[in-house]
Amino acid sequence: MKYVEEFRDSVKARVLVAEIERLVEAIAPPKDKPIHIMEVCGGHTHSIFRYGVEGMLPKSVELVHGPGCPVCVLPMGRVDDCVSIAEHEGVIFTTFGDAMRVPGSKKSLLQAKADGADVRMVYSPMDSLSLARKNPEREVVFFGLGFETTMPSTALTILQAEREGVKNFSLFCNHITIIPTIKAILDSPDLRLDGFLGPGHVSMVVGSAPYEFVAKFYRKPMVVAGFEPLDILQSIWMVLKQIAEGRCEIENQYARVVAKQGNEKALAAVARVYELREFFEWRGLGSIDHSGVRLREAYASFDAEKKFALPNVRIADPKSCQCGEVLKGVIKPWQCKVFGTACTPERPLGALMVSSEGACAAYYQYGGVKQPQEAA
Amino acid sequence: MNIMAPTMKSPRALGKVFVRSVTLAHGGGGKAMKDLIDDVFVRAFDPTSSAPLEDQARVDLAELSRRGDRLAFTTDSFVVDPLFFPGGDIGKLAVCGTVNDLAVGGAVPLYLSCAAIIEEGVAIDLLHTIADSMAETAREAGIKIVTGDTKVVQRGSCDKLFLTTTGVGVIGAGLDLGVGGAAPGDAILVNGVLGDHGAAILCARGELMLEAPIESDCACLHGLIARLLESAPGVRFMRDATRGGIATVLNEIAEGSNTAIEIEEDATPIRDEVRGVCEILGLDPLYLANEGRIVVVTPPSQAEVALEAMRGHVLGRGACRIGEVVAGEPGRVTMRTCFGGRRIVDMLVGEQLPRIC
Repeated sequence: MKYVEEFRDSVKARVLVAEIERLVEAIAPPKDKPIHIMEVCGGHTHSIFRYGVEGMLPKSVELVHGPGCPVCVLPMGRVDDCVSIAEHEGVIFTTFGDAMRVPGSKKSLLQAKADGADVRMVYSPMDSLSLARKNPEREVVFFGLGFETTMPSTALTILQAEREGVKNFSLFCNHITIIPTIKAILDSPDLRLDGFLGPGHVSMVVGSAPYEFVAKFYRKPMVVAGFEPLDILQSIWMVLKQIAEGRCEIENQYARVVAKQGNEKALAAVARVYELREFFEWRGLGSIDHSGVRLREAYASFDAEKKFALPNVRIADPKSCQCGEVLKGVIKPWQCKVFGTACTPERPLGALMVSSEGACAAYYQYGGVKQPQEAA
Repeated sequence: MNIMAPTMKSPRALGKVFVRSVTLAHGGGGKAMKDLIDDVFVRAFDPTSSAPLEDQARVDLAELSRRGDRLAFTTDSFVVDPLFFPGGDIGKLAVCGTVNDLAVGGAVPLYLSCAAIIEEGVAIDLLHTIADSMAETAREAGIKIVTGDTKVVQRGSCDKLFLTTTGVGVIGAGLDLGVGGAAPGDAILVNGVLGDHGAAILCARGELMLEAPIESDCACLHGLIARLLESAPGVRFMRDATRGGIATVLNEIAEGSNTAIEIEEDATPIRDEVRGVCEILGLDPLYLANEGRIVVVTPPSQAEVALEAMRGHVLGRGACRIGEVVAGEPGRVTMRTCFGGRRIVDMLVGEQLPRIC
């Protein structure tokens, strides 16, 4: 496939790996303190496992799989709210596919569907709006989920619904924002990160400029990275080069897609439709200030939180779950007490085991190639 | 209600359905049901014999014994949505699926049964089309549909039409294929490109508004398998890679034989169109269903002759070697990625769900 295979070229990969090895030799990290680089985005985590990138890196470079899987960080209480909406008489509840299996305190959307709720998988909020047009006697709710990547498309759908005067469409808004999240990770006292791969799709919307604080105030290098394996290797090389040269900058490897100032139209739609929440609850990370958005008052008639009485109960993460420590790079997924025992993809206990993009699920499914050697 | 016995010879007039769609009356056990069975199924499956219906098919044991020393017996249900898709329909699928389940065990497929659960309101013409498709597929495959059953259920109790086929075949003396036979060094072969059926169905559902020129690979593989076993009698094991795709079959082999398997992504044949669909939807083609693909395990010495035998058959032109059985952690399947890395190819937990971003 053109424009895809070029970014999966194993010959170029070998050259990059050799360059990475040279850089690591120059940096010469102490044996007991490998270089920790976090990829913030779940899409990166998926590619890293899918192509076996981690196993190609020198042992002294460790990847920490960050919080950027919006499905994983969804708290149980929110899933309960979804189920409650979906089980309302007359509701068609629409969602992206991988949110179907996320466990709530009682059931997932998949189970709610089996129990008789009308839950449908869609690929775009626009599909959901067209369902609303076709079913004027039903209330069609879209489960808005994701970082700035998916925010503009739900914002545009709301604006479209407003233009058309559609009355039976609403959004259950669970969109989250990336910057406060990165900040929360950087502020954590047991942080062990030396650099970041910045999210690609989010940055396509917000640009690379908003990350400047990472370099300026926290003195960590960051490279906004694309999603193909060569993108990821090159970005790792760029982070290591900054470390080797003692620089801390925000660099953009994904320049073919990401502009420094982001996408103005997308940002305008987002600003028009949403406002920041004071705080938002995350699975594994707790409550983070200003990390979520809700619909503005002007769009209240499209707000599922206002249309439905929600249980809105906060369900604490299970005590044995160590997702937070995995997210911050303090421990590796398989070092968690419940990894693969009480917590498996079939019965996920913690956030990171939920979606295939979650670090623990990815380890469980694709297997960290370094894991067996280290575990042995 | 069984519809025919292969040994019956005396002539009988077949009933005819004059309404356009199925009602609950067609499941009531009376004249309407008999007419439906006659008109749709008997007419398609055995138009010439016109024998009186018995409650069971009767098979001559002496004839079976001449062909081999063990009976192979399998059953499968088909609930595909949509009923018609590029490259096939539920009827063709129901014949091919069961024929293949017999053939991969080394059996010569001989007889099929067909049970149909029909939702009230389904058009009689649609049933005709599907029964004709089953009959044609069976005729081409040289097997007989000899007994069956119909039930009609209320609207909403099933989705238009569900089929169950059960197959009987005979395994030749001396042939003993088993999953436990795989040993380190053995070659893993497939008979062509993977994932076509799954991708064709995804596109045919029309929900994704994806248009791709992909046809289901749905086909009866017993001819190909007979040729393969004749040329490469050392074949240790075969399985058709249906639901769960090739990844699932490889895991079953590794688990069943207490070995590890390593495949090469670059050697695993997947059409560009199928890869494109997977890229867009965030799916992994290794888990897409196939309906005309087998995974073959052979000792290394017979890999080449097995490949050549398959390539000599129209359903095996794209046969290739995708990996080998290795001495590693028992039950583990890994893949050397096109990028030069290595990943685990595990069983799916549930259904493959498209990723959000």
